[in-house]
Amino acid sequence: MPFKGLTSVSEGRHQALAADPAALELDGIVRRFGRRWVLRGISLRLEPGAVLALTGRNGSGKTTLLRLVTTAIRPTRGTGRVFGQDLVRDAAGVRDAVGILAHHAGLYEDLTAAENLSFALRMYGRRAEHHVIRAGLEEVGLGGEHDERVRGFSAGMRRRLALARILLRPPRLLLLDEPYASFDVDGIQLVNRFAARIASEGGAVVIATHELARGRGLIDRVVRIEDGRLVDRDTQREIAAEQDTAWGRLQAVEGGA
Amino acid sequence: MIGVEARRVAAIAWKDATAERRTKANFNAVVFLAALILLLFGFALGPEVEALQQAAGGVIWLTVLFAGVLSFNRSYEQELENGALDMLLLYPGDRRSIFVGKLLANLAFVLLVEMILLPTAAFLYDLPIARFVLPLGAVIALGTIGFVTLGTFYAAMASRLRAREVLLPLLLFPMLIPLLVAAVEATSAVLAGDAMGDAGAWMRLLVAFDVVFLVASFLAFEYVIEG
Repeated sequence: MPFKGLTSVSEGRHQALAADPAALELDGIVRRFGRRWVLRGISLRLEPGAVLALTGRNGSGKTTLLRLVTTAIRPTRGTGRVFGQDLVRDAAGVRDAVGILAHHAGLYEDLTAAENLSFALRMYGRRAEHHVIRAGLEEVGLGGEHDERVRGFSAGMRRRLALARILLRPPRLLLLDEPYASFDVDGIQLVNRFAARIASEGGAVVIATHELARGRGLIDRVVRIEDGRLVDRDTQREIAAEQDTAWGRLQAVEGGA
Repeated sequence: MIGVEARRVAAIAWKDATAERRTKANFNAVVFLAALILLLFGFALGPEVEALQQAAGGVIWLTVLFAGVLSFNRSYEQELENGALDMLLLYPGDRRSIFVGKLLANLAFVLLVEMILLPTAAFLYDLPIARFVLPLGAVIALGTIGFVTLGTFYAAMASRLRAREVLLPLLLFPMLIPLLVAAVEATSAVLAGDAMGDAGAWMRLLVAFDVVFLVASFLAFEYVIEG
């Protein structure tokens, strides 16, 4: 059965010339840090509307791949496009389309929650309107922490604030790096609802996670990075296998499945 | 489009200034270091007022250089906490807005430090700065613009390196030698009453350095800030 919005790695190469641009298209991406080859040839095509889970052991290159897609780092070799825009040549256009909930929240500790969002709005080229900031904080359950400095926030609160920052300007391609870590049940469901909304509105989502069951009902396809290359996995079996444990069942409940 | 970039520049400068205002950790350390350097040079040069006055131009600028480097390091340190630099680079628009915003914040910071440093130097070295406020202010402003421009640029370059606190002065100070010579000569000429009319020539040289440093740093910033 074909998976919604996603073609296989080999098919992807042949369909690269298709008229409609893919949400994400990677072709032979290689990245090395010094002598260490982290990615050894990643090829992938992700259509609009798709939600892809990226798995792999610690240090396999999941975060490196996401950082490449955000243009934070450049590939050593290979090409990539986000909604038709080249990762290297049209980096500014790619940044316009991509949003990431990264492992580190990337917040300013000595600013308040509201000031962090105010800064983000202005960096997006918009006015820092009070009602927009308040609504953003309310949406992630931080309405009461409007004037609190981030330095005193827990890890979960920081991630909620980072999510609020993305909500200010929903991206077309959403990248989530270990999105379920540090979140409580409400937080996990919040992330899943947001990801589902992006996908339903013609965007696409890539989730780097070890907790597949928490994304059950959301994830269309699972791929795994092994030895720097992508390997397609049987999505339903992968999620079912994880869910077949007591821990997995708990994750599925928390994920809202 | 310029309005949008101006908003980004203002946001960066505001963010850096607000964080600094909240903690004051960097400002207090820099002012204390500057006062200490002035005092130590005073002891090293001896009690002769004439010797102190002759060396004052050099001492003031060396103090600004040492104190300034601390603030440049701090400017990027807060970006490295919690991966903020990666997020900063992910915002749409021209990344040179980040450079201009940080440049303005650093400029305001160093000028503020100088406003405390100069009266302290005048007191310790018996300098007649009240008589030369305008020309001295112009020399300080021109020298500071060039210094802060290069400092902000090289701090961005060093920000991804492990030993950045050590590497920044090693990278920055050799590049500052021409500017330092011009700034010291202009300051000394102004403080001596500029009887030979040398200050103008040195100040024109400072303007030339400022323009070259500003243009080169602005154009190259995007390449040095990437990981």
